[in-house]
Amino acid sequence: MMGNLMLLLDAPGLNLQLLVDGVLVGAIFALVAYGMALVWGVMNLINVAQGELVLLGGYVVFFGTKAGIAPLVAIPVAAAIVATIGWALYRVVIYRVVERDPFSSILATFGLSIVIQQLANQLFGADVRTVESGLGSLLVAHGMLTVARVKLLAFVSAILLGSLLVWFMRATRLGQAIRATAQNSRAARTLGVNTDRVYAATFAINGAICGAAGGLVAMTWMVHPYAGLGYTVRSFMIVVVAGLGSLGGVALAGAGLGIAENYAGFLFGAEYQTAFVFSLLVVILVTRNLWLKRQRRYLR
Amino acid sequence: MARRLRVAAAMLLGAAVVSIPVAAAAPGVTEGAPIVFGAALSLTGKYSIDGKTTQQGYDLAVQRVNEMGGVKVGGQAHKLKIVYYDDESTSSRGAQLVERLISQDGVQFVLGPYSSGLTKAIAPITEKYKIPMIEANGADRALFTNGYRYLFAVLNTSDNYLRPAVTLVAEATQKAGHEPKAVRVGVVIENDDFSQDVRDGAVEEAKKWGMQLVVDDKLPPELNDMSSALTKVRALKPDLLIVSGHAKGAVLAIRQVSEQLVGVHALALTQCDSAQIIEKFGKAAEYALCAAQWDRSLAYSDRWFGTAENYAQRFEKEYKDPATYESAESAAAVLTFVDAIERAGSLDREKVRDAIAGTDLMTFFGPIKFDPSGKNVAKSMVLYQVQNGRYAVVAPGKWAKARPIYPAPAWDQRQ
Repeated sequence: MMGNLMLLLDAPGLNLQLLVDGVLVGAIFALVAYGMALVWGVMNLINVAQGELVLLGGYVVFFGTKAGIAPLVAIPVAAAIVATIGWALYRVVIYRVVERDPFSSILATFGLSIVIQQLANQLFGADVRTVESGLGSLLVAHGMLTVARVKLLAFVSAILLGSLLVWFMRATRLGQAIRATAQNSRAARTLGVNTDRVYAATFAINGAICGAAGGLVAMTWMVHPYAGLGYTVRSFMIVVVAGLGSLGGVALAGAGLGIAENYAGFLFGAEYQTAFVFSLLVVILVTRNLWLKRQRRYLR
Repeated sequence: MARRLRVAAAMLLGAAVVSIPVAAAAPGVTEGAPIVFGAALSLTGKYSIDGKTTQQGYDLAVQRVNEMGGVKVGGQAHKLKIVYYDDESTSSRGAQLVERLISQDGVQFVLGPYSSGLTKAIAPITEKYKIPMIEANGADRALFTNGYRYLFAVLNTSDNYLRPAVTLVAEATQKAGHEPKAVRVGVVIENDDFSQDVRDGAVEEAKKWGMQLVVDDKLPPELNDMSSALTKVRALKPDLLIVSGHAKGAVLAIRQVSEQLVGVHALALTQCDSAQIIEKFGKAAEYALCAAQWDRSLAYSDRWFGTAENYAQRFEKEYKDPATYESAESAAAVLTFVDAIERAGSLDREKVRDAIAGTDLMTFFGPIKFDPSGKNVAKSMVLYQVQNGRYAVVAPGKWAKARPIYPAPAWDQRQ
């Protein structure tokens, strides 16, 4: 570890590489986290199956590109398909646990995550799937820094999608209804908002976000039926840090997490990279709880 | 009790009556009861692809042996039969199921599961019941250090996977007029039994040549991004980079090494073919070195399948999938049982166990001969290099179909 630290000090260019990689992948994490924050804020539901929805999006893009669709076209398709799946999941399972205590929603979505994992394994096989973008890499700063164009693309797409969501929430009727329901569902109901439909739409929008993010994941890394948990945990962490309803906060927390992970992987070895993410989650939960207590508020 | 005896007697009589016309087909040999093997395989869960291939290899060998008349023991021909269970890719389930196969289903012999981890979980059970197990998919050396008496493996242990890659780099360096001592080696390997044993073998070999180990990172099994490790590799510039972590490791390595333009002279991997790196990445996979247990181009042959190529063709006809080495080694496990049972001339477990221990057999998969710990010491691994979008065997010398390309051209020199 000391050797790695010395290496970083000797070659400052490496820091740049770790920072850039961290920010670029952080954008994908942030996108998934924003979907989680939306569902959490509006429906008071912690979606443990978030990572699995991401994987479904990845699979759609994988099979879409295999069938000859360009990856960039396949991403909206994935968003549409996973949105439909999200809507169906709401109609079958989620509506039963909305507005109930978080424990039942965690349990129900945890069950969903297992079902999706096993179904994906049965339908698509346990193979590792990846979409080759063929975009290559950019060499920056005399070859000191390499940036995979696909990561850049994922970063830009994540930001575009995030902005689109913000606009949607502010400018459209449905967006307003969603925000009204998030503020006070009972009041929204008395004012004529059909909250059941709002919940269904919210979960479908989350599905669309996850579907698009999944396509980016398949192009940047890979998908296989058991890769979901990592995305759920990361989103959870980002939401806990950034709070609900602030896209800027989510984006910052996402970038921070990406950078922290890259540094941890470099310094402690990749072996501890995931362990580091989980330990960081514990630390964050503890400190946030303390901080909220001091403000006489509680983490819901 | 009496009633049960009567039923059993009736069944025996029935079996005898049924067997007479069948036996008439093979003159001088009567048909005996089938020999029942048991196997817990990963048909679902994370190893389901490899579990299925293992099953196909077992089934194809059983089919072939049966169509050749079965196994002859003391003037009787016995057909083979396998009872399967799905272990869901988990060790505890595998151990339970093998216990059940032995104590409830009454299987006579056990065929191994997929992966070192599951084999490790099952070996104590077969040992307890003194049932011989021949396995084809557990390569970790640690399996053969416990003094197991009933465990035999037809494949090479995992430490041998990438030794040839290190040797190849050392020899190429010598040929170019440089000292192998100057070669820098980077190792990024998943933290599981199999992959760590791959690492240990490669590092032992590198030490033998006096090479320097400049990166030695482990990947956790759930990781899907190794870019931070590769940033380190880019900074420390090893000549040979060794990555192993099942199919996922191979996919990650090719994707991220090419994305980050990591300029190593050789990239050595395991499980390239099950990861389908050529199909997935095309040009980016060029020049990668890959370890394999077997290849269809090898000049081995046997009395069951003929040559390795014959086996591959038959497999493809039967299952419409390319014949991977995982299926070949699994088929070889069945053939080893057949050979041992015939030599033992008995179905007695102890006699069969001793016959297996004394195996000296040539199969389409390669020679099989066990050392006292039960691992096959007669066969050697092969090393491929991806050349022009195909796997070409580059080592060992006697099987080589192409000359290895070392050093691999730098990224900006490639098209």
